Amino acid sequence: MRTSTPADPAAGAANDDPVPGLVAFTAVLRNAGLAVTTDRVAAFLTAVDSLDVTSQLQTYWAGRLTLCSDPDDLPRYDRAFADWFTPPGGGSTRIRDERPPPPPKLAALTPPDGSADGDGEEPGSQLRARASGSEVLRNRDVAELSPVEREHLRRLLALLRPELPTRISRRLRPARHGPTDPGRTLRVALRNQGELGELRRRNRSRRPRKVVLLIDVSGSMEPYADALMRFAHVVVRRAPGAVEAFTLGTRLTRVTQQLRMRDPERALAAAGRAIPDWSGGTRLGEVLRAFVDRWGQRGAARRAVVVVFSDGWERGDTELLGVQMQRLSRFAHLLVWVNPHAGKDGYAPVQGGIVAALPYLDQLLAGHSLATLEQLLGVIRHA
Amino acid sequence: MTDPARPPVDSPTELVTALRSTGYLADDGIATAVFLAMRMNRPLFCEGEPGTGKTALAQALAQITGSELIRLQCHDGIDAAQALYDWDFPRQLLHLRALEAAAGASGDALDAGAVEASLYEPRFLLARPILRALQTSPSVLLIDEIDRADDEFEAFLLEVLTEHAVTIPELGEIRAATPPLVVLTSNRTREVHDALKRRCLYLWLEHPDLAREIEILHSRLPGLPERLATQVARAVRALRQADLLKPPGVAETIDWARALQLVGARHLDLDSAAATLGAVLKYREDADRVRKQLDVLLAS
Repeated sequence: MRTSTPADPAAGAANDDPVPGLVAFTAVLRNAGLAVTTDRVAAFLTAVDSLDVTSQLQTYWAGRLTLCSDPDDLPRYDRAFADWFTPPGGGSTRIRDERPPPPPKLAALTPPDGSADGDGEEPGSQLRARASGSEVLRNRDVAELSPVEREHLRRLLALLRPELPTRISRRLRPARHGPTDPGRTLRVALRNQGELGELRRRNRSRRPRKVVLLIDVSGSMEPYADALMRFAHVVVRRAPGAVEAFTLGTRLTRVTQQLRMRDPERALAAAGRAIPDWSGGTRLGEVLRAFVDRWGQRGAARRAVVVVFSDGWERGDTELLGVQMQRLSRFAHLLVWVNPHAGKDGYAPVQGGIVAALPYLDQLLAGHSLATLEQLLGVIRHA
Repeated sequence: MTDPARPPVDSPTELVTALRSTGYLADDGIATAVFLAMRMNRPLFCEGEPGTGKTALAQALAQITGSELIRLQCHDGIDAAQALYDWDFPRQLLHLRALEAAAGASGDALDAGAVEASLYEPRFLLARPILRALQTSPSVLLIDEIDRADDEFEAFLLEVLTEHAVTIPELGEIRAATPPLVVLTSNRTREVHDALKRRCLYLWLEHPDLAREIEILHSRLPGLPERLATQVARAVRALRQADLLKPPGVAETIDWARALQLVGARHLDLDSAAATLGAVLKYREDADRVRKQLDVLLAS
């Protein structure tokens, strides 16, 4: 990478031209996952040029200021910088070490087949005679579907066209009723030789209300995780700016960015790569606290519709969970808990997590089938 | 690239000294960021916990460059009429009526073109912060809490920040003689679009270390006893690690020290700390928790 480029006359005093090395460093950063664009590289080179290129500290800051754009970028940047600039001469073989890690296996994203489906097949085939396949599938528990039915469900999920809630914005738009709009009134008057005719008016407009989806992806939720992630994908795609999606496990992962991709399969695969704790344990309380501290309290959940998808199995401290739900309920517009088990016969909210959260919920809903997810969309719509 | 309106600064180190003279204690990162923002004429995008000195940085910059600080506080629903310019419609209408009345009295016909030109004169233009920053030279434009505005507003900013000019249809282009030094701040309540971030230098601010925080206290509160400053800074450090709903920022540290100074405390003890805790903790839950363990906190 640093062999063929001729030396830049401006940097001729140095023993070799630093530019190829710096550009190669940005390539390493790109591989490490930073959004390094060409204009950022150009800004980086300009920054280095304004500073002292022989000073490691100044080079560090030049790169950090121009190439990073998020606090999550900083540890990655620091690591890459240390790797690249610490060994004398900045070994060019290091590029190979910085390739993105191989994607984790996506087993959890594909439906479990075998044992669980045997008994599910029978009632399905009987019922098919009476109602259309889709109609039956809508009310079936997602966890009990056969692979073929799952495939069908995926298509049905992809066809959902959720209507999202709105709120009144402070932004004024032309309207039939409301306070007068002096600007438009005057412009109309000018068009009519200064004759003030009808007053033009403006009023507050409606804007999408924020929606936050928090999806538990721990082991006990595994049968529902795929369907819920697809559901989240559909909702995020519907209003990419207004919906945030996070997964809860042993840690909090923001998957909004991944779910914004158009193709559901690619979006889910990307989300799968981003989630480090797929099908692991849950520490709902701690993870929710991470959400409330880092996102919710700052504004992501303020006046938003917050939906928690979880079965409420809490390994950690349920008291902590209760406190976090209380905090959430204080700034959320509507706080909904969706429990896949809540739709089953004989369900009682006795799991530690649910008991702790229940006092602060606006609604506790089922979420085990397409029909119940559609009900949830209705609740979100009318929030 | 340096322009004559601003005192030339040759290195980040000089900036540290200059900023120090205003009472803002910058580290290498901040100084380098400011240096590059001046050299490259790029906006500085500051993110960080509340109370890490994002807004104070802009104020200090205005002081060292001897320019006016123009502040635009973003809020939900902010639009171009509030950020850029607006026409003074009541005065325009009055003017129009006055012209008509004059024409009626003298019996002359009004020239439509002349009337319109006289309506859109600069004197009827209300300059809002961004336009004011472009017209004032030199100036520091602080766009505070950009995350509170919506995406449409961000898109609108892109144009102004890269061109350093705005076009008013009735008047033409207004270009800054000296591009203002722009500081944007965000509390990360919302992710700001990458297109905007790409045009800026990205500065992530953290809480200062103990020694720097003590220094900040001394520079902000002259006459603060050394012992009290050290104790307050230490206690705040402990509070930041105590897993609170709202960990105190530097602004709270200064408030607390000032409160202690005002109640006449010579050093931080149980009584004075309990009496002034409201200056540093803003949530009842936090205050309750800390009050229970105040002795442990002060002993650390």
